[in-house]
Amino acid sequence: MVYIIRRLMQALFLAFVMSLLVFSGVYAVGNPADILIDPEATQAERLRLITQLGLDRPFHEQYFVFLANIAQGDFGSSFVYNRPALGLILERMPATIELAVAAMILAIVIGLPAGMYAGLRPKSAGGQAIMAGSILGFSLPNFWQAIMLIMIFAVILGWFPVSGRGQVGEFLGIRSSLFTLNGLSHIALPAFNLAIGHMALVVRLARSGVREVQPQDYIRFARAKGLSEKRVVMVHILRNILIPIVTVVGMSFGGLIAFAVVTESIFAWPGMGKLIIDSIRMLDRPVIVAYLIVIVMIFIVINLVVDLLYSLIDPRIRLDGVRR
Amino acid sequence: MNAPSPSPVAAKAATPKSKSAGSEAPWRRVVRDFSRSRIAVAALVVLVAIILAAIFAPLIAPQNPYDLRSLNIMDSRLAPGEAGFTGATYWLGTDGQGRDMFSAILYGLRISLGVGLIACSAALAIGLSAGLAAAYFGGRTDTLVMRLVDLHLSFPPILVALILLAVLGRGVDKIILALIVVQWATFARVARATALSERDREYVEAAETLGLGRGRILFGHLLPNCLPPLMVLFTVEIASAIALEATLSFLGVGLSATQPSLGLLIANGFQFVLSGQYWISVFPGIALLILIVCINLVGDHLRDVLNPRNIR
Repeated sequence: MVYIIRRLMQALFLAFVMSLLVFSGVYAVGNPADILIDPEATQAERLRLITQLGLDRPFHEQYFVFLANIAQGDFGSSFVYNRPALGLILERMPATIELAVAAMILAIVIGLPAGMYAGLRPKSAGGQAIMAGSILGFSLPNFWQAIMLIMIFAVILGWFPVSGRGQVGEFLGIRSSLFTLNGLSHIALPAFNLAIGHMALVVRLARSGVREVQPQDYIRFARAKGLSEKRVVMVHILRNILIPIVTVVGMSFGGLIAFAVVTESIFAWPGMGKLIIDSIRMLDRPVIVAYLIVIVMIFIVINLVVDLLYSLIDPRIRLDGVRR
Repeated sequence: MNAPSPSPVAAKAATPKSKSAGSEAPWRRVVRDFSRSRIAVAALVVLVAIILAAIFAPLIAPQNPYDLRSLNIMDSRLAPGEAGFTGATYWLGTDGQGRDMFSAILYGLRISLGVGLIACSAALAIGLSAGLAAAYFGGRTDTLVMRLVDLHLSFPPILVALILLAVLGRGVDKIILALIVVQWATFARVARATALSERDREYVEAAETLGLGRGRILFGHLLPNCLPPLMVLFTVEIASAIALEATLSFLGVGLSATQPSLGLLIANGFQFVLSGQYWISVFPGIALLILIVCINLVGDHLRDVLNPRNIR
């Protein structure tokens, strides 16, 4: 309990520090009037907005106003869309989360069997090819893999559409493109692209897991009992390697959301990542500020949940207050 | 060559370590061990060739791709191997402005490599100092530095870089700054871990007994002995810096259009991929890919060669 409270306090402190950093970054580095006021505004309008936004007041006062506005969910309005910035971001969040979840599922569904195969038959051509592929998956830049996917599967073979989210279906009140055939064909390439890095990770974890578990007594006993190879692999080995894989993959969910920025802009996926890139290009600063605050908060929450989960899974972490 | 050169200081400080190979200098052993792996040597050769090609780009490239007088719009988007309006053959094709892709790639390599090297060297210097200080002084310094490092590493690099560039804007100086901010923490963590295991060794104690100053112990004695793992990390981090820069430039938040790195070349060609004119995007991509894979291969093998467990 003490650990949880201390961890919560840390998260709050971190949120405070990050808000201060973003605030001073955006408000102090540039001229805040240029950042927050539409450059096409007239001089009179400009002066009116400066007083209205309180930009003539001292720094610390402005910071408190900024905090108070954020607490009320007011991040200002987008220049481009002329709508509240926070609403824009929240509207796009489901598409990003959908993409990240689809990528995570793909990474496990493809990566786990591939890694287990490579672990069971390390010398076979297939096993070697899988490991070589995982090295490429790690070291090649994500955007380059995306271009290759588009070139092969969309331009040359013409199997999948190049961009967009497609038709969105509704199931149990959740709107997602996973529920329509058209939507599925749209999400296939971006989800696979986003999944590649994690897939490589799952392959490595599964392979080393299998190689570690295989010589254990209980596996040899299961074989000695005369169980079929299928049962040994699917039940005895799989169950023992699954926990670390699920933990690692689950905990890197935040990384997927961050990397979605690249995938989304290439495949024109209408999520948060594409929004921030477009906003940076069009200098739509209120949206940039709002995105930064939202994403930092998301990460603080993810890290908090990860730490708490770790302390549940492994109680030793709780005793040792300082993480090394 | 990335082998740590035996400066006089290093040789003096490393006495307890270099006893291993008898009279043979440590770097000779590293070179010998390294050349045992054919793949690593091949990667190193390719890498050196790429670096030389980048340095001497103005001499090798058939045209200066950013001198508008040498460009001819009639030659735009020619397929690889086609002869241009002026009669010159473009082996890798041309881009939308009639630029020879081969020349553009050579000039792009210069920028990508330069940005990666400068950013990584600065990140190494900062991370190394922070890590060494944390390990040597311990206590408050250690807690402060490591908290900062932990905090840093809990955010994905691309996110940190994106946040910084969103605030700062585009440009070479800004992207170098962003890469330094992203990477210093990794160096700091490794430097601290290595220095911690070195701190309690006899030679540090001996230096302390001799009454040497803290700065001299830190940088003259501790530092040279922490270098091998950091050199490996340095190589691998250059590859990831180049990849990150390419990604950011591709997204249009990295370098500006006047500094066409490989990432920007790929981005410019991306619009033509959909109409089947693959070469504008694919050839710079292959150059980037070869560069990154070679650096990683060399780095991986250096790790094996410099591993202290193999040295002693």
